[in-house]
Amino acid sequence: MKKIYSVQVENRSGVLSKVAGLFARRSFNIDSLAVGETEDKNISCMTIVSSGDDRTLEQIEKQLNKKLDVIKIKTFEEQEAINRELMLIKVKYNKSNRKEIMEICQAMKADIVDMSKYHIMIQICDTPERTEHFVKLLSGISIVELARTGTLALAKCEM
Amino acid sequence: MNGADAIAKCLVKEGVDTIFGYSGVAIDPFWNSVGKEKIKAVLVRTEQNAGHAANGYARTLGKAGVCAVTSGPGATNLLTGIATAYADSIPLVCITGQVNTDQIGSDVFQEADVTGAAESFVKYSYLIRDVKDIPRIIHEAFFVASTGRRGPVLIDIPMDIQLKRIPDFDYPLEEPKMRTYKPTVKGNAVQIKKVIKVLENAKKPLIIAGGGVFLSGAKKEVRSFVEKHSVPVVSTMMGLGVLPSDHPLYYGMVGNNGNAIANRALRECDTLMMVGARVADRAVAAPNMTFDGKVLIHMDVDPAEIGKNVGPTIPIVGDIKHIFLDFLEAEFETRHDTWVNMLDLYRDSVKEERHSSRDFVNPQSFVHKLSLAMKDTSVYVADVGQNQLFSCRNIILREKTKFFTSGGMGTMGYSIPAAMGVKAAEPGTQVVAVCGDGSFQMSMMELATINQFKFPIKIVVMRNRYLGLVREHQHHNYNDEYNMVFIGEEPELSKIAEAYGVGYLRADNMDGIDEKIGEFLSDDKTVIFEVSIDPEENVMSV
Repeated sequence: MKKIYSVQVENRSGVLSKVAGLFARRSFNIDSLAVGETEDKNISCMTIVSSGDDRTLEQIEKQLNKKLDVIKIKTFEEQEAINRELMLIKVKYNKSNRKEIMEICQAMKADIVDMSKYHIMIQICDTPERTEHFVKLLSGISIVELARTGTLALAKCEM
Repeated sequence: MNGADAIAKCLVKEGVDTIFGYSGVAIDPFWNSVGKEKIKAVLVRTEQNAGHAANGYARTLGKAGVCAVTSGPGATNLLTGIATAYADSIPLVCITGQVNTDQIGSDVFQEADVTGAAESFVKYSYLIRDVKDIPRIIHEAFFVASTGRRGPVLIDIPMDIQLKRIPDFDYPLEEPKMRTYKPTVKGNAVQIKKVIKVLENAKKPLIIAGGGVFLSGAKKEVRSFVEKHSVPVVSTMMGLGVLPSDHPLYYGMVGNNGNAIANRALRECDTLMMVGARVADRAVAAPNMTFDGKVLIHMDVDPAEIGKNVGPTIPIVGDIKHIFLDFLEAEFETRHDTWVNMLDLYRDSVKEERHSSRDFVNPQSFVHKLSLAMKDTSVYVADVGQNQLFSCRNIILREKTKFFTSGGMGTMGYSIPAAMGVKAAEPGTQVVAVCGDGSFQMSMMELATINQFKFPIKIVVMRNRYLGLVREHQHHNYNDEYNMVFIGEEPELSKIAEAYGVGYLRADNMDGIDEKIGEFLSDDKTVIFEVSIDPEENVMSV
């Protein structure tokens, strides 16, 4: 099972290593991790995606709660949240595949953000499944570099 | 006033009267300031033992123990002491000197990232970067260490911060406000009602009491509760002493090293109340142990412990003392006479075996006799190894006797420094440290501290020339192929005693053992009592 933990922490030095260290020490998985300041500059938000059995997923929340730098934890499953991941991909292109790349980008709502004689840089911001799918679509094209943010998630707006 | 003066003043405000530690350049400003206050500074012989001594001190007085060491190797040496306290939830405030702020991260002389290294076994850690934060941080550290689930808190303080002028010093008196730390103290009323209902219907309820009972100071409340409702009690190793050994409702220690009767009670009960116990591997790895079909009630101040090892039917998060006060106030009464009678029959049919050989001291009988001869208010500190298990299984604890050991971490060399800590906390208390060949040699350097600071303790060394518990493990699991367990004939303990100017006694067999124990305990001087144990003697009930 997968679970998303949106963890508000004190924005202090060393907090990331404390949280990451907890996952390492207790053998919890980190599928993805994204960190950034919130609207309050004293608070950072860590979005952690983890997987495991029910007991492990419960322990993750409880152990995170024990950390004195953790202010608040919200947990949700993928369908309960809006999930987004930002990915930058640099690919090599030539005359023969340029059009194909453009078409894939268009179909997947990805943007071309930079370009040179040989390379194109593409930006895609979508759900983790779709960014993953996008990488697969590019499998015939040689990828030079790839970077992604990890999942960001907020619970869906209440009706 | 500089930062170090401020820390010393804060410690006085927190009621600290003793600090265990070691010096070094990076912690020198601190010791200089401590020297100006009414605080006893105890110089141990290696930093780890400062942690253990503060541990013994904390367990004796039920308040945070304090230790302070220098940066780099001083701090890393202390790590085992911190981890030991963490595993047993003992409140410590550990202060480490650090290199100057502008040097942090540049690998200068005696620099180590101690907050990073200790992260997974401190309750919290601070690296002080601004001298103005000192009063707040010290106040928070004591609060965090000694509330909720107790544990060690580390404060790393660079030398320049210790020396920096502090503009104005004002120590907060009210409870610190921390938005990220609000331990649950009071048990949920609905859950408590549920437990009462379960108890009223239970045929065979059992309490398994752990170290949490002592940590919350709930010994009296738990006792009143079990006597009022006739609920039998077993304990974990950390819970030894929760009821006196001869209490009619007490049935011994559980676990693979425990008493057969306690494990039987654990197997046969229908309702199990886990009280301040982690229910860790060592406690429940008893033969044929299963929790299927039992109603499990788990009470712990740490919500993360509930459901970690065994899934409870009814969880109650809260301080054990508060929970039991609520139970005592509730109007209900239960009797479980049939179940108690049944357990009593078991108890009468199982006699702990204490066979004796002519050639050696029988460790089971020895512990039994020793504990009976000790004063009512004494403290027995067991080390780690066979000596610990002989002790747990055979010790007779009375109303006020205390039993300390490194239960969770199993740190060898714990007993002597921890016993020093007890003595520092309560100079009038009789303290006996029981160790083996290996554990004694891990902390015998503290004999010098014992003399220098006048902490007379009684030291038993069970000698069998082996690291006995591991030898026993190799006996069972490696067909007697013994590796790395023979520890040799040296040192001659009589000469060690002479070198350190302490008393020495020796027993090779059971002849006249009562008289020797009597002599051993007769005064308030440090004595090493060497007792010869059969090297082939096993403690585990495989």
